[in-house]
Amino acid sequence: MLGGVAILASAVVFLVPFAFVVLTAFKDRAQSAELDFSWPRQFRFAQNFVDVVTARDYTLIIAFVNSAILTVASVAVMVVLAAMVAFVLQRRPGRWTKVVDFVVLSGLIIPPAVVPTIRVLQGLGLFRTMTGLILIEVAFGLSFCVLLFRNFLATVPRELDDSAVIDGAGPFRVFFLVVFPLMRSVAVTAVVVQSVVVYNDFTNPLYFLPGDKNVTVQLTLYNFQSQYGTQYNLLFTNILLITIPPLLAFLVANRRIVAGLTAGAVKG
Amino acid sequence: MAGPRRRHRAGSVYPHWFYLPAAVVYGTLFLVPTFASFYFSLTRWTLFDHEFIGLENFVVFFQEPALVKGLTNTLVYAVVTSGLKVVLALPLAVLLTSDIVGRAYLRSVVFFPVLVSTIGVGITFTVLMQPNGGLINDALAVLGVRGPAWLTDPSSALLSVALVDVWKGVGLATLIYIAGIVSIPSEYFEAARVDGAGRFTTFRHILLPLCRPATVTVVILSLIGGLRSFDLIWTMTRGGPGFTSDVIASVIYKQYQAGFFGLSTAGNVVLFLVVTVIVLPLSWALGRKRVEL
Repeated sequence: MLGGVAILASAVVFLVPFAFVVLTAFKDRAQSAELDFSWPRQFRFAQNFVDVVTARDYTLIIAFVNSAILTVASVAVMVVLAAMVAFVLQRRPGRWTKVVDFVVLSGLIIPPAVVPTIRVLQGLGLFRTMTGLILIEVAFGLSFCVLLFRNFLATVPRELDDSAVIDGAGPFRVFFLVVFPLMRSVAVTAVVVQSVVVYNDFTNPLYFLPGDKNVTVQLTLYNFQSQYGTQYNLLFTNILLITIPPLLAFLVANRRIVAGLTAGAVKG
Repeated sequence: MAGPRRRHRAGSVYPHWFYLPAAVVYGTLFLVPTFASFYFSLTRWTLFDHEFIGLENFVVFFQEPALVKGLTNTLVYAVVTSGLKVVLALPLAVLLTSDIVGRAYLRSVVFFPVLVSTIGVGITFTVLMQPNGGLINDALAVLGVRGPAWLTDPSSALLSVALVDVWKGVGLATLIYIAGIVSIPSEYFEAARVDGAGRFTTFRHILLPLCRPATVTVVILSLIGGLRSFDLIWTMTRGGPGFTSDVIASVIYKQYQAGFFGLSTAGNVVLFLVVTVIVLPLSWALGRKRVEL
């Protein structure tokens, strides 16, 4: 009974907006302008798809390539660097631990200062470059990953490191051949969560990588909003296409995402 | 006996230089700009040079009605979104940890919006919330209710965006509560049942106090998110109508676009102060009052 009510309510509140996106993406221009929740009179998805993809010299394709480069590169670098920090931070308590902890936590709380960051990027010759944006995403994502990894490393026994040391391994080998492989599950979690975050990021590309050449998918959607103000079928086709990668992440790795987002939440 | 040697060896296996690559990126692109912002917020800063003008930017920030509105809106937005998330997510989590039909489906459906593009959600709801012909008001009309003008009415624009923020974010809050509820040992519930406690008593005296860490997490995460919120508001209203739904983050962007870099950076410093002044004491106060078992 309660379950039935809940299913009905969830359908109205959560599924109708998604159904609206899909239905509108299938309509022709005239019908989509009516903005109502109705079955398409004509199924025009193929045409809408072609129109959206070819618009402005294939901007959307370029944007997908850019978003892919940004996401893969920044998440890969972020995860390795954060794992190295978490490894030393968890295994070697000392004077520095509290300082590093504080600095890591402040990264989760403090809003980045926009114009000074642009100034620093300009100074390094990295403003308006993909490399610059990748490093920005790394910097802003490190804190989350360090905390996630550190909590996990507390459950990996130190004896494993010691036995590797006795076998003559140096820090590099202990970390990359012994500890990092053990962190595989939590690393996958970090990769999936941060991929979704970076892929969906709008603010940082808006500030640090403006311009049409390097546009990311979130920015194309934003630009299309003004360009296709009246062509709702194309606007919603764009939304539909952009939602596919997070949908895949959700279908493949929902459990990992949930684990990552709730880690540490119950310990307080 | 083996102590000193062991410590020495441990040092070399966990070298401090492992911090270095992360510290370089984080230091240059996050810490340096953060410290620099305190200085540049005291300057008149253009593309070419900057001139020290003391606290003038902050005076402007607290006198210009549009900017003051941004400040109060930021607080309203953060309080409304985090309040609603707690109020909605807790019962949802209780429901989704009970034995109901379609539990897995419900969990997925509530959580999925968290992963979707904020811009996409913003555009979709801008269309759904159109006063005339939008789906929400059409549906309300069927029920005999005249819907508000949502985003185009200055008095409801900010709250309308806040509602969409809650729609998108309540799934995360629910997940955190679910994790909190699941971690409560089942003996407590059994003991309560044996003592003849009813559903409400169990909720009030066992579940609520014992999932306090989850509440703390939800409140703090959504306050931080709400205070810093930019992309949803920018997509849905651009701070309008007028500046009635501006928040600090959108003011920062507008001043940056207008070339007032000093004023924009002062906005960043104000936001930094607002976030720390609210979040730090709160997390300290909430974190201290742990439930004694």
